Formats: sequence, C-alpha cells, structure tokens
Amino acid sequence: MTAHALALFAAVVGVLTTASLVGLVLRRRAALAGPNPTIENLNARIRAWWVMVAVLGGAFALGKAGLVLVFAFASFTALREYMTLTRTRRGDHYALGAVFFVILPAQYWLVWTEWYGLMAVFIPVYAFLLLPIAAALRGDATNFLDRVAAVQWGLMICVFCLSHVPALGMLDIPGYEGRSLLLVVFLILVVQMSDVLQYVCGKIWGRTPVAPVLSPSKTWEGLIGGGAGAMLIGTALWWATPFSPLQACWLAGLVTLMGFLGGLVMSAIKRDRGVKDWGHLIEGHGGVLDRLDSVVFSAPIFFHVVRYGWTV
Amino acid sequence: MIDRLLAGGLAGFARAVTGVRADWRGCAPVPEQRIYYANHASHGDFVLIWSVLPPPLRRATRPVAAADYWGRDALRRYLGQALFAAVLIDRNPAARAADPIAAMGDALDAGSSLILFPEGTRNATDAPLLPFRSGLYHLARVHPRVACVPVWIENVNRVLPKGEFLPLPLLCSVTFGEPLRPAPEEGKAAFLDRARDALLTLAPGCREAP
Repeated sequence: MTAHALALFAAVVGVLTTASLVGLVLRRRAALAGPNPTIENLNARIRAWWVMVAVLGGAFALGKAGLVLVFAFASFTALREYMTLTRTRRGDHYALGAVFFVILPAQYWLVWTEWYGLMAVFIPVYAFLLLPIAAALRGDATNFLDRVAAVQWGLMICVFCLSHVPALGMLDIPGYEGRSLLLVVFLILVVQMSDVLQYVCGKIWGRTPVAPVLSPSKTWEGLIGGGAGAMLIGTALWWATPFSPLQACWLAGLVTLMGFLGGLVMSAIKRDRGVKDWGHLIEGHGGVLDRLDSVVFSAPIFFHVVRYGWTV
Repeated sequence: MIDRLLAGGLAGFARAVTGVRADWRGCAPVPEQRIYYANHASHGDFVLIWSVLPPPLRRATRPVAAADYWGRDALRRYLGQALFAAVLIDRNPAARAADPIAAMGDALDAGSSLILFPEGTRNATDAPLLPFRSGLYHLARVHPRVACVPVWIENVNRVLPKGEFLPLPLLCSVTFGEPLRPAPEEGKAAFLDRARDALLTLAPGCREAP
C-alpha cells in the first residue's frame, strides 16, 4: 500500500509541476501581448490543484480517518453551496437543520464504522421519509413538493453520493487486503484528469456542443479526447488496483462517462438558478461543487460495480 | 480591550458561519461618513454588515437599534451598548421621551457612520421589502453631506429566520450599492421610493421587485 501510494503521489506531483512550468511559460509568452484571462485562469486552477492535492495527500497519509473527515467536510461545503441556491422557506428550517447537523455526520459515521447495510439505505429510505415529515409538521404547503424535492436531491448528491468515495475503503477484495483506499486515488485521479483533459481538448478542438443550451463548453470533441485520455491514464494505473489493464480501462471509461453526464446535470441546475458557479471557495474553479460534480455522479456507480464484481 | 477582542471574535464567527462575501458594487470601502441602509429579516443582519466592513470602518460605524429589544436584559444591553455601540431608539412614538432622528443625528454629528434598517422591523413576509419608514429621509435632509448607501443582505433570513434559534450554515452575501442623497427639491415619498428601488436592484435576479 505505502509503496503504491507514494508512487501515485510522486506521479501526481510530477504532473502538477509540469503543469505549473507550462503555465509559467505561457504567461511569459503572453505577457508581451498584455494580460490574458484564459492563461490567468489556467494558472489559478493549477495553484488550486496544488492545494487540493496537498489536502487529499495529507488526508491519505492519515488513512481512513483522514479521508472520512476530508470528504465529510467536502460534503458539508458542497451542501452549503447547494442549499444556498435552493428556494426553501421558513418551514424547511428544521429539515435543513437535520440535514446539516444530523444526517450528514450520521452518514459519515456509518462510512467510518463500515456499516454497509445501513449506509446504503440511511439517506434514500430513512432521511427521505423524515425530511418531508419535518417540513409538513411546520404546516406550510407553499411549493411543498418543490422544496422537499430540492432538499432531498441536495442530500443525495452532496452527501450520499460523495460518501461513496471514502466508502471504497470498506470493500474487501481478495488479494487486495489493506489497499482498498487506493481505489479512492484511482477514482479521483481518473475523474479529475478526465475533467482536465476534456477542458483542454475542448479548448483546442471543441466545435460541437453536446447540449448547447446547458453548457456550451462541453463538446463532443472534448468528451472523446478527454475520455480517451482518461481511459489511457486509468489503464496505466492498473498496477495500483485489483483490476487487469483491460478492466481498468473500461472502468475509467465508465467513471468518465458518469462524470461527464453528472457535470451536465449540475450545469442544468446552475442554469436554472441563473448562476455560473456554485460558489467561490476554490480560486479559478468556482465552488467545491463545481470541482466535485463529476466525482459525485461516478462514485456510487464505481463503488457498486467494484463491490459486485470484485468483492466476495 | 476585551470588548474589542470580543467584537472581532464575533465578526469572525459571523463570517465563518455564513461564509459571507462582500460585493462593493457601487462604492469602495473607504472611511467616508455614510448611512448604510439595508433590508432587515434577521438579528444577524447588522452583525453581518458590520463584519464585512474593514476594522477601521467598523469602529466608526454604529447600528441603529430598537431600545425596547436591546434594552431588555443585561446581556442585550452589554452587546448593544458596549460591543456594538448601538444608537438605541424608542420605536413607540406615543411613549418616547427622546426624538429618534435627534439621537441618530447626534451620532452623525460625532462623526460616526450608521447602519439603519428603514423597514423599521424584521421582514417575515414573502415580499422582498416592507415599506420604508421616513427616518432615512429626515436624517438625509438634515445631514446632506452624508451619503446613503443601499446594502442588500442576501440569505441571512434563511440562516436565522425570525423566531428560530438554530443558525443554518448557508452562504450569505452583502452587496453595497451606489451612494445616493436627496435632491434639493425631492420630496419625502419620492426620495424613499428612489432609495427603496436602489436597494431592490441589488437583490439577486431570482427575486423580482413586486
């Protein structure tokens, strides 16, 4: 585990160093023609990547506890960004309080104790029944279904789906004992690199938007180029996973596709709310939810496919 | 000293809970005497405005608050007077001894800026703003050099609605608009309408003015 983790970490630091150098060269070159917003944004994004890698690396060094805590905090921040944009009313106050202060910690506590059976149904069964009850008891029927649905969906994507990332650590795979947290690195590396490569390929070759109304920057060229790149990266990481190179390749393709579609869904919500980004916490990227939207959609699918196919 | 530390701590706490962002859209945070007037939906409102002001401005800015609420017990009297240096005014015209406009005017004469909620009370309705009381107009008439700055506070009413005690960790924003002053011939109703519209234009697009 340690040797694999260190090798992965070294590779990431290598990639980021290269990216920082490229960013520096680009800025030098562009400086002659005056400030260039695209290059400034690129450099801001790279700087933010260093911070995110440092946080994740630190969490990883602390093991399961670190990862559970970091993702619980990421869920909290994402939920905060999400709920800020919903149109809840005063009657949702108890329900929202329960979401932030009871359900979120409980879900991560279940991940921590590796209580799979309850972790998988706690939010979709118990929380989803409790929340409309809490709202109904306040006696405000205005837009009731909209409000309840918005709160439930926020809980689903920001807490339930995201908690499946650290939950990868609870998978018992024969011949892979004690290393299952490396699946977290595989998932995050593939999904985030696919986001980066889709962005880069989209900037270079992007012509045909997949859904022009939702997001003009998501193009077929970007998806295909970024997806192919992510599958190559996934294949190249097979040695750190319980998968064969071929399996690693198609799993990378699967999480890339889910990540892309997740980004599309989240763009639809942002467009409906009239905002460009979910928040302002990460310079150059927007909010935490802007960075995690693709992870959110791929994590539960990846978790369950691996659980079905590789655990006993 | 302790008061100042406590005040700084409280401002920091308010910023952490609400993740508040200040958007100085219509003016800059400069040490100029102003009347910041804002929408009012929660007790957190003035703490939030106050917490996003740079510390030197914060020390020179006093909230205008209701004496009947902030004078009720020892803790509130301490918070209101020692910590926030609130200008306490009596909202009941029949019973009051002091003229609220005079009390606010004294604070302006002493060089302070003010935070004022012209709706007069917390807004618990679905309307974005209640009708304005006339205090803002009278104050601006008497002190024509002091600019009135509209301040839209977004989401604090959801963090801590009237009557609730558990704050939710939603993100808030405070938007400062362009300063305005009553024109020489402008009447009370016209100025208050203009001030109200200036405040409403700062509200995010999802909330249409009625």
